[in-house]
Amino acid sequence: MLYFIEQCLNGIQLGMLLFMLAAGLTLIFGIMDLVNLAHGSLYMLGAYFAATFAQWTDSFVLGALLALVATAAVGMALEVVAIRRLYGRNHLDHVLGTFGLLLFFNELVRLIWGPAGLTLSLPSEMLNAVQVLPGLFYPLYRLVIIGVTLAVALLLYVLIMRTRLGMLIRAGASNREMVGALGVNIKLLYTIVFGLGAALAGLAGLMQAPILTVQIGMGENILIAAFVVVTIGGIGSIRGAFVASLLVGLADTIGRTFMPDILHAFLSESAASSLGRALSSMMIYLVMALVLIVRPEGLFPATSK
Amino acid sequence: MVDPRVAINVGLVVVLVLVPVYSATTGDTFALTLFTRVVILALAALSLNLIMGFGGMVSFGHAAYLGIGGYVVGILAKEGIGSGFVQWPVAVAASALYALVVGVLSLRTRGVYFIMITLAFAQMIYYVAIGLDRYGGDDGLTLYHRSRFGGLVDLNNKTMFYYLCLVLLLASIYLVWRIVNSRFGMVIQGARSNDRRMRAIGFPTFRYRLVCFVIAGAMCGLAGALLANHTDFISPAMMHWTRSGDLIVMAVLGGMQAMFGPLIGAVTFLLLEEGLSRGTEFPNLILGPVLLLVAISIRGGIDGLIGGVRRG
Repeated sequence: MLYFIEQCLNGIQLGMLLFMLAAGLTLIFGIMDLVNLAHGSLYMLGAYFAATFAQWTDSFVLGALLALVATAAVGMALEVVAIRRLYGRNHLDHVLGTFGLLLFFNELVRLIWGPAGLTLSLPSEMLNAVQVLPGLFYPLYRLVIIGVTLAVALLLYVLIMRTRLGMLIRAGASNREMVGALGVNIKLLYTIVFGLGAALAGLAGLMQAPILTVQIGMGENILIAAFVVVTIGGIGSIRGAFVASLLVGLADTIGRTFMPDILHAFLSESAASSLGRALSSMMIYLVMALVLIVRPEGLFPATSK
Repeated sequence: MVDPRVAINVGLVVVLVLVPVYSATTGDTFALTLFTRVVILALAALSLNLIMGFGGMVSFGHAAYLGIGGYVVGILAKEGIGSGFVQWPVAVAASALYALVVGVLSLRTRGVYFIMITLAFAQMIYYVAIGLDRYGGDDGLTLYHRSRFGGLVDLNNKTMFYYLCLVLLLASIYLVWRIVNSRFGMVIQGARSNDRRMRAIGFPTFRYRLVCFVIAGAMCGLAGALLANHTDFISPAMMHWTRSGDLIVMAVLGGMQAMFGPLIGAVTFLLLEEGLSRGTEFPNLILGPVLLLVAISIRGGIDGLIGGVRRG
């Protein structure tokens, strides 16, 4: 039972990291109608910046903060230089263009930082395990990840629901043309939204860096998962992204952990093991396929049209 | 005055026919290998363009059929069935079957949801392939014998294999041309333009699109069988989503409304990739922005550029 709770915590942690990525994606998609395959590159840059700045400043926190600023800056610069020329085009042009950007960023990172990955080390206190429940110890850093991302999610909620900027964002997701017609500086809004998405992606990247990896192409796998989340949650909906992220995070983690054991009841050891691995990798796609068949617009679609 | 597009297409075919001659005279066998790959991937891109350019169905999971076709050949070869007469039809049939399943489930969705769900189905088959320990799993499987056709054609002869691929490609271009210009093709293109109107007129567009989707999958499965023979190797990497991305790039680059578009796109993309790899240690620093520029500026791909842009 305790093991199950531990895996649930892992699932929530993964879900929250996915939410950071998916929130940005769904905003960019909902407001600018842009399919951004380069979002994973911003995630990667966040991790790389954090590893480098942490090394320079000898502080994890300072490195992280600087990386956030740097990633947001790169995001906004990217929007002004390249992304804004893709607005209004069909999604295929977006796929083509941002795919080119994805290739470009992978190569750029290889040029600047080399082909081998980097490491980002934590302050030693973070590595300790904390007693969450009687008998259950959980790494402090993973709790920090859950805590920080929940706090950011809350801030995002406040921003979207309670501020003027958030109101413009919600209006833009509902009906783009109207917002432009009402005289709002759409260009600035778009740049800010893109920068916000970039910062969120960078945050996810730098936070998972100490426990997972900092390497070229690290954004690609999680990007697909983030797209799955956005699709399940409904394009343009932050609330949908939140629910879907947790759903996907838990489904993936619980699936990977317990699928072989469940199958073991019916099949031999080796068959259960390999089939289990294959099935659990497919888990999030099966969930998405199911949702799309039942509710093709996603769980909480934002657009009124 | 000759239409420049026709001139380019004919010129391209002539060049392709002459590649083995060039290779034999200069001793540069790499050119033959490279162009075999170009022709095979052009076939795959052609099959994608059938549904994407003419049908408006943007599939981000088309590389799955390359993988299925390749894996059928590899698996049958490993299990002792080396005859191409068995392997290739099964490869095509298996791809068609998977396309049928994917199509039935995905074609209810539109736009970006369709892109995502086709991607998901490709990822599923990718992970299945990784899980196939008996057939190499993540490391892949070597083909020790190419498909045998009992004296009809020897696939080990690089020149013969190249001409076989080229003939199949040209035949497929002709097939696509016939499909697109038939009544069936008109319905498909009409459904791309305005699905609701087509259904209002009385066409069951879902069925038409499904058939089109299956044909495209089957054609790509054939390309997969060719690819497996070409590389003498199969691996899950054949179906990685970036491969699907490459196919989309080739189709868009060449011009989606043109029969020869995918071929032009495949030639351009692969030669560009190859040339850049030799010229610099960081080819994608140039290739990436080039793709972006194409997406931003060129409507109608390279074919559109040659013929003058006709649609906005």
